[in-house]
Amino acid sequence: MKSTIEDKILLRYPILAKIVFSIILFGLDLMLKRATRKYPSFKNRLKKKNFIAQIKVKDNSQGRHFTFKNGNIISKAGIHPSPDVTIVYRNACLAAKLMRPNRDQLEQINAMKNFQIAMEGPDELTMWFMETLSLMLSSGVEYGTDLGNGVRRYTSNTNGGPVFVYVKDGKIIRITPIEFDESDAQPWAIEARGKKFTPPRKTTISPHTLAWKSMVYSPDRLLYPMKRVDFDPNGERNCQNRGISGYERISWDEATDIVANEIKRVKRDYGPGAILNGSGSHHTWGILGYWLSSRPRFFNSIGYTPVVHNPDSWEGWFWGAMHHWGHSLRLGAPEAYGTVEDCLKNCEMVVFWSSDPEATSGVYGAMEGSVRRQWLKELGIKMVHIDPFYNHTAALLGGKWLAPRPATGNALALAIANVWIIEDLYDKEYVANRTTGFEKWKGYILGKEDGIPKTPEWQEQEAGIPAKDVRALAREWGSKKTYLAAGGITGFGSACRCATGNEWARSMVCLMAMQGLGKPGVNMGGMQQGTPVDTSFFFPGYAEGGLSGDIEGTAMAVNLYQRMPQLATVNTVYQRVPRLKIPEAILEGSTCGYPTDSKTIEGQFLKFDYPAPGNAPLKMYYKYGGSHFGTMAETNRYVKAYRSDKLSFVVNQSIWFEGEARFADVILPACTSFERWDISEFANCGGYVQHSFNQCNHRVMVMQHKCIEPLGESKSDFQIFLEIAKKLGLGAPFSEGVTEFDWCKRLFDGTDLPKVISWKKFLKKGYYVVPAPKEELRDPVSFRWYAEDRLKDTPELAPLPADYTEQFGKGLQTQSGKLEFVSSSLKRFDPDDPERPPMTKYIPSWEGHHTTELYKRYPLQLISPHPRYSFHTVGDGKDSIVNDVKDHRVLIDGYYYWIVRINSGDAEARGIKESDLVKVFNDRGAVICAAQVTERVPPGTVHSYESSAVYDPVGEPGYSVDRGGCVNQLTPSRMMIKQSHSMAANSCLVQIAKCQGEESMK
Amino acid sequence: MKKWSLIIDVEKCEDCNNCFLSCKDEHVDNDFPRYSLAQPRHGHRWINIMRKERGQYPLIDVAYLPIPCMHCDNAPCVKKAQKGAVYKREDGIVIIDPEKAKGQKHLVNACPYDAIWWNDDKAVPQKCTLCAHLLDEGWKEPRCVQACPTGALRVIKAEDSEMQKIIESENLEVYQPQYNTRPRVYYKNLYRHTRCFIGGSVAVQVDGTTDCAAGATVTLIKDSQKTATLTDAFGDFKFDGLEENSGTYRLEISYRDWKKKTIELGLLAASLNVGTIFL
Repeated sequence: MKSTIEDKILLRYPILAKIVFSIILFGLDLMLKRATRKYPSFKNRLKKKNFIAQIKVKDNSQGRHFTFKNGNIISKAGIHPSPDVTIVYRNACLAAKLMRPNRDQLEQINAMKNFQIAMEGPDELTMWFMETLSLMLSSGVEYGTDLGNGVRRYTSNTNGGPVFVYVKDGKIIRITPIEFDESDAQPWAIEARGKKFTPPRKTTISPHTLAWKSMVYSPDRLLYPMKRVDFDPNGERNCQNRGISGYERISWDEATDIVANEIKRVKRDYGPGAILNGSGSHHTWGILGYWLSSRPRFFNSIGYTPVVHNPDSWEGWFWGAMHHWGHSLRLGAPEAYGTVEDCLKNCEMVVFWSSDPEATSGVYGAMEGSVRRQWLKELGIKMVHIDPFYNHTAALLGGKWLAPRPATGNALALAIANVWIIEDLYDKEYVANRTTGFEKWKGYILGKEDGIPKTPEWQEQEAGIPAKDVRALAREWGSKKTYLAAGGITGFGSACRCATGNEWARSMVCLMAMQGLGKPGVNMGGMQQGTPVDTSFFFPGYAEGGLSGDIEGTAMAVNLYQRMPQLATVNTVYQRVPRLKIPEAILEGSTCGYPTDSKTIEGQFLKFDYPAPGNAPLKMYYKYGGSHFGTMAETNRYVKAYRSDKLSFVVNQSIWFEGEARFADVILPACTSFERWDISEFANCGGYVQHSFNQCNHRVMVMQHKCIEPLGESKSDFQIFLEIAKKLGLGAPFSEGVTEFDWCKRLFDGTDLPKVISWKKFLKKGYYVVPAPKEELRDPVSFRWYAEDRLKDTPELAPLPADYTEQFGKGLQTQSGKLEFVSSSLKRFDPDDPERPPMTKYIPSWEGHHTTELYKRYPLQLISPHPRYSFHTVGDGKDSIVNDVKDHRVLIDGYYYWIVRINSGDAEARGIKESDLVKVFNDRGAVICAAQVTERVPPGTVHSYESSAVYDPVGEPGYSVDRGGCVNQLTPSRMMIKQSHSMAANSCLVQIAKCQGEESMK
Repeated sequence: MKKWSLIIDVEKCEDCNNCFLSCKDEHVDNDFPRYSLAQPRHGHRWINIMRKERGQYPLIDVAYLPIPCMHCDNAPCVKKAQKGAVYKREDGIVIIDPEKAKGQKHLVNACPYDAIWWNDDKAVPQKCTLCAHLLDEGWKEPRCVQACPTGALRVIKAEDSEMQKIIESENLEVYQPQYNTRPRVYYKNLYRHTRCFIGGSVAVQVDGTTDCAAGATVTLIKDSQKTATLTDAFGDFKFDGLEENSGTYRLEISYRDWKKKTIELGLLAASLNVGTIFL
């Protein structure tokens, strides 16, 4: 909060404040009239409501009232006897300060929190008046670039990269990557081994981003609020018909009435906690619109049982690897700074292990890494790809491909360690000084503990890689400076989402601990993160909470809360439900889970129960979007839960009529990010993937223009929540009386952007490219400080100060401060847990080739990594053009089928040919897919992607074959380990049979 | 007169489909009078990406071949069109006039590259225009090239003589040259689609332990022709760029003190992983 000289004068001379206040009020009258004259849209708005608004000081000594009638405004100084809306300031000094344009936002928030401002009148009208005042200032602002011929180019951002949006006659005509102009900053350059590398001056985009036009204008768009035809909130609810009955159009007023009344009803009848809310982990991009912004602001305001997300892309890193190197604030994945330059300069080999960044884009990283990985090829750096699937990164870059049996990667890792130990191919000095517990683990590797030396030959029985190849790999790795790309970013990877995902991720850390993690050319990553962009320039990621006011549930407290002052919001309900156990919570009434608490390593140990003591059972489910059938595990469970009358009300807020949205009682149509205002940065997640923008070649902040009007009656999520909030008397605290456009400006003001570009210019041009820092100011390389036993010098605020054992900044987050082969946190927590012993061991998968009976019936191991052409469910289904991508879905008899990839030998044995319809099944369900016969998977392994947006049961929902492609119906709902909340989707035994007509569909 | 050419590097194409999708983004729902009518939302592939897997598990590779309209200088579609419905522009681009071509379904079969698609609703044959409507507005490249993240697609506007130099210096080829249509779309590393390889792995046993034979000399012999290569750290070798159905081959492997081994391969039909050869 700034205290200017003017402020001091106002405070000192109250009479002056009174004069200023009356001038402002008079000026307001003039400005309103001016806006009415100038902007037809503003005038039209005014015509919609007739009312009297009063602005005054609390003691009634001063004020002005405004009469809005048929689009005209009459204003008069003084106090009106019966205004419809009143804004009350405690005194003239405060009013003079807060009513001027560009007021100090912190002062405004302070005044609100201390009851120095009050709004009186019905929410609907007070909000309308406040928004009118705001629109008065923002009407007519110029944004976008006129290209002639009626075409205007706007900017927007997606979870697959920022874009130019061309609009003509109110309709999007094309969406392209952003090509920089001459005034934009020049990129960085890296000189390595006699070559100079610099990225192209444009942004890349993911395939699904190119499908946005087709998704905006999808026939599956929800254009009106709808109610299930046989749902009557005051009579028969017919819960069993969810997913079966049709819908009828209702008005927004009716829809929000039903939802608001149901919120009141379940709170009244059952008490706190009866409302369950969750969203998908992904949404339409934007700091204000993503799932950690308006959504928690609303739900915190009404009190709800949140769905606790399992760390679905991290699993093994979070529940496993973290115990060896910390990094809890990154969910167990490591820091990633300066590694692009180090890799280009010093590395001799990159091992991609369960790593397909060409397909998964890291996270939100579009195709930014593709050009950099080509530099590896250009420099002749060797590459190895370890993945049961010959993935797209392998196909593009070439190199040795090793395909272990799914969920046995840990056996391969132990065998590599075995060769290193026997052949003396590891960094003994580093192990001695920078790690703990090696001797004990070494004993296990050599078989001293269980009599089984973990040799390449032993490994061959488990993972199936020829022992000679493992020895060759271990020798190469042990004698070359090697980067380990474990997962698509540093972290992730489908190997971390299987029954043995913890042990895989843990062994990745142990291997690098043996090779001197942090020394030149020895680090984590496959050129996906760690570009030399300017990390010191502040712009928040979505996990920093946007306008949520949620200091507990987002990373807002770190930066954004101070920079963008806003009313804090707090959920008063302690009850939580683990996402993977939603069906059990609903159907069985009790369950338990472990939290994705990233504050410290021990956060994940605090088991919680549902129901929480004294809390209500779940009665109402307010779901955002429809992804769980495609993205969770054993998902017929979710279908069944929806059809139970234990949930008396289900509302779904969704853009498209798909997945779970088809199981709601009331559907609220949301618009896409192209139809609302927002502001964001390319690939900036923030929070649990701090500085994730360093996947990009350039830091690009984007003004997400409202490119077109919302389709039909759809509204932005913010607006939908506001409409409901108004019916609960929560309008003012929810929106703080300003529009989404104003929130964008508030966010802009809270970043470092105003130092380098004016709001006006940013709004008009739509994006800003942060200049790359000069070479001397580039971030240091990850772990170099650690390898050299110096204080941490990489730019992250993790771990938290209390989590250092010695001096602040010295060592890792582990108890010893070192890389631990034997984890001290696991020794403290449960040293006898056979599923997660203190040091990583080979533990056979609980669903795999050792589960003999099951394996006999279902001899194929299905892996289903994150998809390539869609981003979770974004891009798939909904008549999107992505469906036409040959490797995404296959059109057979007029239907787009999901693909399962099967080895030619396995296919032949089953009489399956390319593009045959096949049934993939096990005891948990059956899915009809199109077969792709390939050499890209070894015999016995089959590959599909998870995240189908389409759930299309051919018979009774929850009990029949799905031809939409939700392969997660087949995956196990068992936790990776009992003491976790984790999914093991890549440990999944199935059988595949060729479809023989109608019968197969049952 | 400078003319447009498209250069596609097969080795840099990873099937991301950004070309295919940007083409759809550009053309679905958008009419560009004189250039093209809107593409149907589904079905058409104005740039058609073909997949080619070579070899057998675990020694394989996969490549993709995007096939747009070849904008041939000797285009059969131009010849077979009635009323001059298909024409060659001075800048090399072949355009199907959406008005004049109405009803001319036979043009779909005129193209040996299967690059022309029939729009049933509008009764008109359609294909890639190289985004001529954009190039004419001053765009530097068509949508597919702009969206390509790896540089696999490149567009050049050059005099024929200049283009000829690029073709020679970069070793570019046209796809299916036997069609004699003189395409303006050139490919680099086309061998990944049109040729095959013989690959395998060499291993030895030392004291009962199997090891990869790194640095073994493998010689491929066909008739009197010999080509030699060294195995890599995994004992792997690969002879690429061979003609499919090109007869019988023989492999000779020699490694340190081990006895030289000869393997007769049958008729080479397509890419072949001979598996692990134990010396």
